[in-house]
Amino acid sequence: MGGLRAAEQLRAAGWTGSITVVGDEPLMPYNRPPLSKEVLAGKESFESLAFRPRASVADAEWILGTAVTSADLARRVVGLGDGTELAFDGLVVATGVRPRRLRCPGPAAGRHTVRTVDDARALRADLARPGAHVVVVGAGFIGCEVAATAVALGAAHVTVADPEPLPMLRPLGDLLARELLRRHQERGVRFALGTPVTAFEGGDRVTGVVLADGRRLPADVVVEAVGSIPNTAWLDGNGLDLADGVLTDELLRAGGLPHVVAVGDVARFPNARYDGVPRRVEHWSMPADSAKRAAKTLAAHLAGAEPDPEPFAPLPAFWSDQHDFRLQSFGAPALGLDDTRVLDGEPGGDVVVGYHRSGRLVGVVALGGPAAGAAAARHRPALLEQPALTA
Amino acid sequence: MKVVVDMNKCQDHGQCVFAAPDVFRLDEAGHLAYVADPDESLRADVEDAADVCPLQAITVED
Ligand SMILES: Cc1cc2nc3c(=O)[nH]c(=O)nc-3n(C[C@H](O)[C@H](O)[C@H](O)COP(=O)(O)OP(=O)(O)OC[C@H]3O[C@@H](n4cnc5c(N)ncnc54)[C@H](O)[C@@H]3O)c2cc1C
Ligand code: SF4
Repeated sequence: MGGLRAAEQLRAAGWTGSITVVGDEPLMPYNRPPLSKEVLAGKESFESLAFRPRASVADAEWILGTAVTSADLARRVVGLGDGTELAFDGLVVATGVRPRRLRCPGPAAGRHTVRTVDDARALRADLARPGAHVVVVGAGFIGCEVAATAVALGAAHVTVADPEPLPMLRPLGDLLARELLRRHQERGVRFALGTPVTAFEGGDRVTGVVLADGRRLPADVVVEAVGSIPNTAWLDGNGLDLADGVLTDELLRAGGLPHVVAVGDVARFPNARYDGVPRRVEHWSMPADSAKRAAKTLAAHLAGAEPDPEPFAPLPAFWSDQHDFRLQSFGAPALGLDDTRVLDGEPGGDVVVGYHRSGRLVGVVALGGPAAGAAAARHRPALLEQPALTA
Repeated sequence: MKVVVDMNKCQDHGQCVFAAPDVFRLDEAGHLAYVADPDESLRADVEDAADVCPLQAITVED
């Protein structure tokens, strides 16, 4: 997604030269969020996921089903999986992340992750087993969404396991995490919290999940939703900081190089709106926002000009649909977990929670129906007006 | 310029409203309303709105 948006934004920023997009998936860029929601539930088709590229990139060259396996940033070439090299003047790193896997003993068959169309197809087929016992490992947003979808698809038992005591505790804090747990339980999801998974049982195929406290959960289908690993191995050997994604400056340049920028899930950038600490942000809004800023930086360099010095300061936005409710987040709630206040409504119904740091509003999260989302949106101007945390 | 929102897809995220407030708005109940034939001067905003719609429900026609 970030690759497509970067191509479009390079055109918008005035770049008229050639653009080549290389991707290891065989498909044109597509929308991932429905893979754990509408498409997994069978409400939308896989075909509906394709993005409609802007007319401005009709002349871009797409090399699909081919991985970039190496890069020499000084020589300005990347090596492709088919053994060829591709020279460039400017490089946009948009390789995203892949699901982290659990390193537990046990069979591999019946265990899934959800990142790609192929992943979702395989999981959908497995969830169609009548009376399936589903165990979702990881109570983050993808785990919670998949659990909700599995219930909607009629799975007999859906259990979410996580070492944390509450679902989505780290991104949302205690108040909303408790409420989330209650709503999931009310809608038929079971939880095995506060204890990690240590092994999988079964012969050819998984039949159960073993927890550290000795409990065993029967399972025909396991979904591992335990976080992600940035795809950066192809950039090794160039002296970049790849500790957690690609470290960039506030103009999204990597390693201080004027001709290399990073966007989307893989970019670890300082957000001038907050404390300036570089972080990766795996929100859907980020590829578009970062591509816009990165394309300006790169297009200026390619034109021999100085880039606009305005630091990248996006207002992150995130949503998650689970059962009949939605979480809608604006800002950086995780920075304000120690000071949360209910801004609108009641925890049991449509509710909006504000997250504060040093007394300043840094994030707003709504839980509930469309009215809650609209209420959260009314706090957006206040979030935009807050001075930077470093100010 | 013609704007079409596939209302079967739209789930009232309201992201389009932030990108192009002169074209899209949410009513009190949180549901989307929009101008179908906005002025050409708003094209950049409308294209941004189409980009940020999580359901990719917005099409811009010439
Ligand atoms: C199931 C699911 C549900 C989600 N739901 C939500 C949601 O509800 N709300 C929300 O805000 N966000 C959601 N997200 C997050 C959102 O989809 C991502 O933030 C977004 O897709 C990131 O875009 P990207 O371009 O950075 O990465 P990607 O879309 O992953 O694109 C990176 C591409 O690079 C390819 N690639 C990797 N390595 C190489 C290589 N070496 N050579 C060539 N190509 C390579 C990858 O295969 C991939 O095609 C969800 C994500 C998933 C997986
Ligand atoms: S962003 Fe998309 S889903 Fe949201 S209100 Fe606008 S058109 Fe509807």
